[in-house]
Amino acid sequence: MNEEIKAIWKSLFDWVMGNGPRPENEVIPDEPPPDLPFTRKPKDKYSRFHEATLKERYNQWLEIHGLHMFSSLYSGISVLTCIVIVSLLLATVSELPSLSDERNLANNEIIRRYVERGGKETGAQNIVAGLILNYRAFNTFGESAVLFTAAVSVLMLLGASRRNNADDEQSMKGNDSGKNFMQRGPPSVRLHTFRRDDAILRGTASISIPVILIMGCVIIINGHLLSGGAILSTALILCANAYDFERVHKFFNEQIFITITSTSLMIYALSNIFNGGLILLPNICIGLIVAGTLYGFYALLSEGEI
Amino acid sequence: MLEKLILNHYEIAAVILSGIGLMNLLLQRNLIRKIIGLNIMNTAVYLLFAAKGYNAEYPPVPAGLILTGIVVTVSVTTFALALTLKLYETYGTLNIDEALMKMTLQQEELEAKIEAQEEELIS
Amino acid sequence: MIDSFAFNIPFISIFLAMIAAIITPLLPKQNRIPENLSCCVIGIIGILSAYLLYALTNSGQSLSFNFKIGNFPVPYGNELKAGPLEAVLSLFFSLSMLLSLTGNFSSTEEDIAPNRRQLFCVLVNLIMSSLLAMTYTNDIFTAYVFIEISTIAACSIVAVKESPETARAALRYLVMSLVGSGLILIVICLLYNLTGHLIMQNMHIAIQVLVSAKSYIMPLTVSLALITTGLAVKSALYPFSFWLPDAHGSSTNLSSAILSGLVLKGHIFLLIKIFYRVFGLDVIHALRMDTVIFILGLLAMIMGSVHALRQTNVKRMIAWSSVAQVGYIFLGVGLNTTAGIAAACLHIIVHACVKPMLITAAGGLSNAAGHKKGLHALMGTFYSNVWAGLGFMAGAFSMMGIPAFAGFASKLSLTMASFDHPVIVWSLAALAASSVLNALYYVPAVIVILTHNKNMNNNFSAPPPTRLYKISMTCFLALNFYLGLFCMPLLRLITRGVNVL
Repeated sequence: MNEEIKAIWKSLFDWVMGNGPRPENEVIPDEPPPDLPFTRKPKDKYSRFHEATLKERYNQWLEIHGLHMFSSLYSGISVLTCIVIVSLLLATVSELPSLSDERNLANNEIIRRYVERGGKETGAQNIVAGLILNYRAFNTFGESAVLFTAAVSVLMLLGASRRNNADDEQSMKGNDSGKNFMQRGPPSVRLHTFRRDDAILRGTASISIPVILIMGCVIIINGHLLSGGAILSTALILCANAYDFERVHKFFNEQIFITITSTSLMIYALSNIFNGGLILLPNICIGLIVAGTLYGFYALLSEGEI
Repeated sequence: MLEKLILNHYEIAAVILSGIGLMNLLLQRNLIRKIIGLNIMNTAVYLLFAAKGYNAEYPPVPAGLILTGIVVTVSVTTFALALTLKLYETYGTLNIDEALMKMTLQQEELEAKIEAQEEELIS
Repeated sequence: MIDSFAFNIPFISIFLAMIAAIITPLLPKQNRIPENLSCCVIGIIGILSAYLLYALTNSGQSLSFNFKIGNFPVPYGNELKAGPLEAVLSLFFSLSMLLSLTGNFSSTEEDIAPNRRQLFCVLVNLIMSSLLAMTYTNDIFTAYVFIEISTIAACSIVAVKESPETARAALRYLVMSLVGSGLILIVICLLYNLTGHLIMQNMHIAIQVLVSAKSYIMPLTVSLALITTGLAVKSALYPFSFWLPDAHGSSTNLSSAILSGLVLKGHIFLLIKIFYRVFGLDVIHALRMDTVIFILGLLAMIMGSVHALRQTNVKRMIAWSSVAQVGYIFLGVGLNTTAGIAAACLHIIVHACVKPMLITAAGGLSNAAGHKKGLHALMGTFYSNVWAGLGFMAGAFSMMGIPAFAGFASKLSLTMASFDHPVIVWSLAALAASSVLNALYYVPAVIVILTHNKNMNNNFSAPPPTRLYKISMTCFLALNFYLGLFCMPLLRLITRGVNVL
């Protein structure tokens, strides 16, 4: 019985950790002696027999087990925290009022006004689009700014370092002792390359890219926010995969990426400041920002450049 | 209590999912799994939003908030992936413990180098 | 009434920083154009905040006002709220940011690759904008969005320097921050479900109704606890602060100065707003959150200093000292009185001005020692870079709380705030113990930099400090003495601001 439970537990553990199936006659080797990253060179100070003092033994023990102990302590604490948080939240959400309850404070005049007068006041067909583009436009501006921040950060981390690696090394030489020692990734090796002359993919792409583009434009103009931009970026990603990355690179390089993102965000910010209740212009701007940044993310993460 | 738990099954599922996500975010040593945990957690919170905000008559506010939140999650995920890529380029590993170990070794080598240089200078 | 220009200032200053961030990538990179643009915009924001402060204090009647963003009035639209406290904070935030930018100009140029500098300026502007938005906003979901902006931007300015440990430190910071953001998002969901509002003042009214009816006490307590935890993780309160020294030790001086001096402070001020404006002090007291915050503050004051004692790297030491100083702020918040929160806000300002000075000075000293950061390597560097040495000494004395330096003023006001409070014994004992512990690691550091180094290798000659460095150090010193000697009018202003928060 006990063995069975152990076997079930093992298979569950394997499944969770993503290990492959275990062979029947598996022999688990003895644990190799642990690497000792913190061990200093041994000191032969003592010529005669010397019994280790408590402190020395403690230090020895700590060097072998310290990292392991710290990590188990950390995981213990985090498991405890998670359990506490989850049980507190379980107790909380079971007490929360439901929205159909008349006494619920959330059932207030705000959503009623959004639903009843939203269409008239904002001119939006879709209440949610009216909500995020007009009633709560500042939040949506913040959200595009988050996308912009992430795009700039990723570009700085991945794009800027690989493009002019040689220049960097020239100008940074000898500034910090840590730098000589640093290992950089090879400048222009693609992390993940596969053959790009796939006939099926190409055939599909040649039909579907125009459809996707039209679909994206229609959605952007019709005001279902964001998905339009994401669909446009899908077309670009498909193009980069089916044909060649260089081909997309010709008309969508870093300069254009930055220009499109910044300009649309700028127009969006200005339309936010001088708000005239416009809904089409912000919609197009957000669509362009999302399309640009999502394709930028894809290109930077998979190719290392735009 | 139990009755309430059964009645609010969407919320309970959301909370348990967010617990799983939080656990993964804190406990996994592999960075990609950590990021997956982050996504599970945030998605669970949006499920909670949707479950609590859903009403046949008045749906809009949570939908708008979730739309905003999804974009935030996408940006944060991408940024975390970029940092992970950077870490992988530096240390050749995705495991945060191994990275720490390699970093300690490298620092010790560096210190030894600097000490040797200083001794040379003095002599 | 205040004039219409001052009325628009909160909105203008947020958008100025944001537009500067957006327009920077489009500008040419040569001739330090991005850096100069950032400095100009932040300076303008400082001047605008000062004017707003002037207009608010001279308006006569109402000290604070609400500014609606967009076409719709408050429960439907989005809103900013500005009072004297917000104006003072944004004034000092922009001053501190400007001085750290100018002071660390040359070290930033050394540390950051040229093709990254432009994007780095974008991130600095984004951080400034998100700080201002967190300071002024009256909408909790807007606050969440801008928290995320500041998280991403702060992590990437930590990772901007190309050295082996930065990616790891930034990832650690990012993971901890993301746990915090997740908790904040859950709490926003819970609170929205309970109150039906996202505007802080309307939430306050709804929470008053709920508490007086004694309904949903448990969800309210859980929300309060979780949002406090989330913001405490982001503002490096002690048990959650282990990411801070890593992030400091490996990043450039400017990133450390911004992170420690400003980003943490933005989150703390947001927590204060949530305490004061969303829940209200009586509700906080009824839910016993003030005691928890007070105890965590005490713990941070002591443990931050104890950890700092064991550091040999000067930047890690300063980082742990930041943890101790965050403890002081939380001690003030935990007193849960208007005076306590005013003292906490004064300490936010003091720390936002002193810590960047200390980091800038330490950067100058370690430059003079040949880019070494070990404490023992700084021996005798006072004589090679006198400005940095003076700044370091002033910062150290201020952290210890010696009279006439800035830290003394805020410690004094914390003491005064705890006088009519039952916990006075604890807070006085902790203040005394923490000051002694601060002295235990800052005095040796000061002695080390003042001691002549006999076997300093003479073939290394550090570049002399630039004129910009001297100017910004002088401004930092002047600010330090102003806060130390003439802080009483400022404290009165802050108290008035807290009353209308």
